[in-house]
Amino acid sequence: MLKDVRTRIDLSLNRVTKVYPGVIALQNVDMSIRGGEVVGLIGENGAGKSTLMKVLGGVIVPDGGAIVIDGVQLPALTPAEAAKQGIAFVHQELNPFTNLDVAANVLLGREKTSGPFRLLDRAGMSRDVEPILRRLGTRFGPDDSVAALSLADQQLLEIARALSMAARLVIFDEPTASLTLAETQTLLEVIRQLKAEGVAILFITHRLTEIEAVADRVVVLRDGRNAGALARHEIDRDRMVRMMIGRDAGQFFEKHDHAAREPLLEIKGLTTTAYPDARVDLTVRAGEILGLAGLVGAGRTEVARAVFGVDRRLAGQVMLDGAPLPDTVAGVISAGLCLVPENRKEEGLFLDFSFAENISLPSLARMARAGFVDRRGETGLAEHARHNFSIKAPVLTRAVAELSGGNQQKVVLAKWLAMDPKMMIVDEPTRGIDIGAKAEVYRVMQSLAGNGVGILMISSDMEEVIGVSDRVAVMCRGEVAGILGPNEVTEEAILHLAVG
Amino acid sequence: MQKKDLGLAVLVLVVATVVAAINPRFLSPINLANTANLIGLYGLFTIAEAFVIVTAGIELSVGSVIALVGVLFVDLIVVQEVPWPLAMIIVLILGAVLGMIHGLLVTRLKLQPFVVTLCGLLIYRGIARFYTKDGTAGFSFGDEFPLLEWLVSGRTGGVPHSIMAFGAVAVVAWFVLHRTVFGRHLFAVGKNAEAAHFAGINTTRVIVLAYVICMVLTALSAIFFAMYTRSIQPSSHGNFYELYGIAAAVLGGFSLRGGEGSVVGAVLGVILLQMLQNLVNLLGIPSSLNFAVMGGVILIGVITDNQVARYRSRRQQAKALSALETSMRAELLAADRSK
Repeated sequence: MLKDVRTRIDLSLNRVTKVYPGVIALQNVDMSIRGGEVVGLIGENGAGKSTLMKVLGGVIVPDGGAIVIDGVQLPALTPAEAAKQGIAFVHQELNPFTNLDVAANVLLGREKTSGPFRLLDRAGMSRDVEPILRRLGTRFGPDDSVAALSLADQQLLEIARALSMAARLVIFDEPTASLTLAETQTLLEVIRQLKAEGVAILFITHRLTEIEAVADRVVVLRDGRNAGALARHEIDRDRMVRMMIGRDAGQFFEKHDHAAREPLLEIKGLTTTAYPDARVDLTVRAGEILGLAGLVGAGRTEVARAVFGVDRRLAGQVMLDGAPLPDTVAGVISAGLCLVPENRKEEGLFLDFSFAENISLPSLARMARAGFVDRRGETGLAEHARHNFSIKAPVLTRAVAELSGGNQQKVVLAKWLAMDPKMMIVDEPTRGIDIGAKAEVYRVMQSLAGNGVGILMISSDMEEVIGVSDRVAVMCRGEVAGILGPNEVTEEAILHLAVG
Repeated sequence: MQKKDLGLAVLVLVVATVVAAINPRFLSPINLANTANLIGLYGLFTIAEAFVIVTAGIELSVGSVIALVGVLFVDLIVVQEVPWPLAMIIVLILGAVLGMIHGLLVTRLKLQPFVVTLCGLLIYRGIARFYTKDGTAGFSFGDEFPLLEWLVSGRTGGVPHSIMAFGAVAVVAWFVLHRTVFGRHLFAVGKNAEAAHFAGINTTRVIVLAYVICMVLTALSAIFFAMYTRSIQPSSHGNFYELYGIAAAVLGGFSLRGGEGSVVGAVLGVILLQMLQNLVNLLGIPSSLNFAVMGGVILIGVITDNQVARYRSRRQQAKALSALETSMRAELLAADRSK
């Protein structure tokens, strides 16, 4: 619809500074980007990426420095001004309006009207949105319902929205966090295409392979400052990691063959409510990390929920350490199996509860005296966890909502470890957390496995599945399509099994 | 018309047919006119309630406002001798002000709609009773407002004007909710207020306006009720009406989580509820069971709707997944070939 009608953007940030009470979010940060360029912006959580994004969106006003757009120097942007300059965002947390159709979502807030009563011009809106969707090559049309779209399609919907605003700069904030590999490939293709059309792309992600695949340059932030920049030919994983964390990262783990160890968790013929016709057979051995791969929707989370007793097991048998596993959550936990759920914020934590209260919750009954909470024991447990997991939580009584994603995930792990489990199921254990915290989560899982705890790890992050698991089971449409041994695990092998 | 509405329409027809078969008096002109009148009266505040429910809010003060506005309206025209058109305008404006207060408390002070309007329920009822010293407000012998009475409680060709008014309001409401930008924004705000805000929608304005519309329509229905009952017992007039409104809207497909619902559904919901009341009378069911019958039908309706929605979303997910698998398989195949 808008074929380079507008000039390519030329934007730079000069020594931008933003100070919050008690913390310097950005300190003299420089950055530039031009139309037709893909710039990767990386850094750990808290490095200042989102503050920088908010400066570009006009949501916050910097305390120092300047923004220069097309040669015009501005001290700050407003949201309206940012939109006028053609700066658009594709946010990490997708919240499409599932009660509206595609065209209504794309043009929300900018609806077309016609007639004396200014009624919605729905046909006109569809007509406007159609070419944008065609340009993105979407499988869905303007009149389709949004409720039926996959995550990847929802992402494309967001991009369509950005394009409909005549965007010259599109800022992607971790767009692939919940996409499968194929969906990610599609998205990267779209980014390349936008770039070819002269749009500038600022790409924020924790997934460095994507940066390697698509970025022309990389800007690295650490602790609110520029920590370095890399040109196209300099981009490689180790350099990026070093710049982000200021030191070398721990390497991936050795793989172990546990075939000789005794089975710990045995799932035989399990049928879940999501796939009433499928049967799941799976064995996790003591000390083993078994990766569970597959497309989103293949039924992996449902297996975890059924084993844990959250969902009903329609059929089949689940054994832990040779004894049948109870089918209630309380029973499962006391038998020694814990679940670190997929949605940390909804299922894993009580965000308003304090650090200590979260850690002690599963252990409360065990520690209580005559029904009274053992407050001293609680504090001790929390202190212990904070130390063991190097959780950055200054005050034990603060709500966990204030912690970073990585530290929150460590709290979830720590609360279960206080129960001394035999077996853990972790569902997407590192989604949305930064690389430093990731390494620590892996370290915890590894040391647990070393102590003989079995771990079933559900993950859509290919790097993680391949790097961390000893063996990988792949699910497809509710069934285990195959199991790959330590020497057979490759991305391709997993994908072949995943699509059936 | 959505599928949901169609289902409800079928249900209305089935119930009507069954009742008519058992007791032919159901179709008598008198019964039809009476039922239609009640549908009109209850329908007005059901539409009102729907505007707030779609924003994920709730309005619990409807019944109390009907009592307060009714008392004031009667007092204005009978005791204060204000010309009735002016009195009408005054109470409608009062409704708008109350709605604006509710809306601002919800949006600006971020209070929960349930709490705000629960306080409204208690406050307005109290004021109505205090204002009349707990006495009955009504018309005394010789008070006559022929034009007003004809307008509000009259009939044309046997059709009560209340249901005509309801019909007109429903048509306008349908356009507003389903065909205007404001309506679109109501649905967006109800589904996800924060995302709507980020899409550039003035969520405060949208929500406040929803409460204003709700209270103005409630005030309008209060006038109809005042003229229908002709005497107002401030302690009981309009009791539970908010719950009738909520029930009819929910039965008609509005979700208390916001962002879902259709005016057609709400209209059918009102019709169904009034028919059930009528059915209790006509079929000789003890009228003490009135509420129980209504509650039972609503519960069944909501359960059915819920099951259908779950089935549908499961089917949609399965479809999306198989589409994804197909496209990935094609990709892998292409990758294998190029090797």
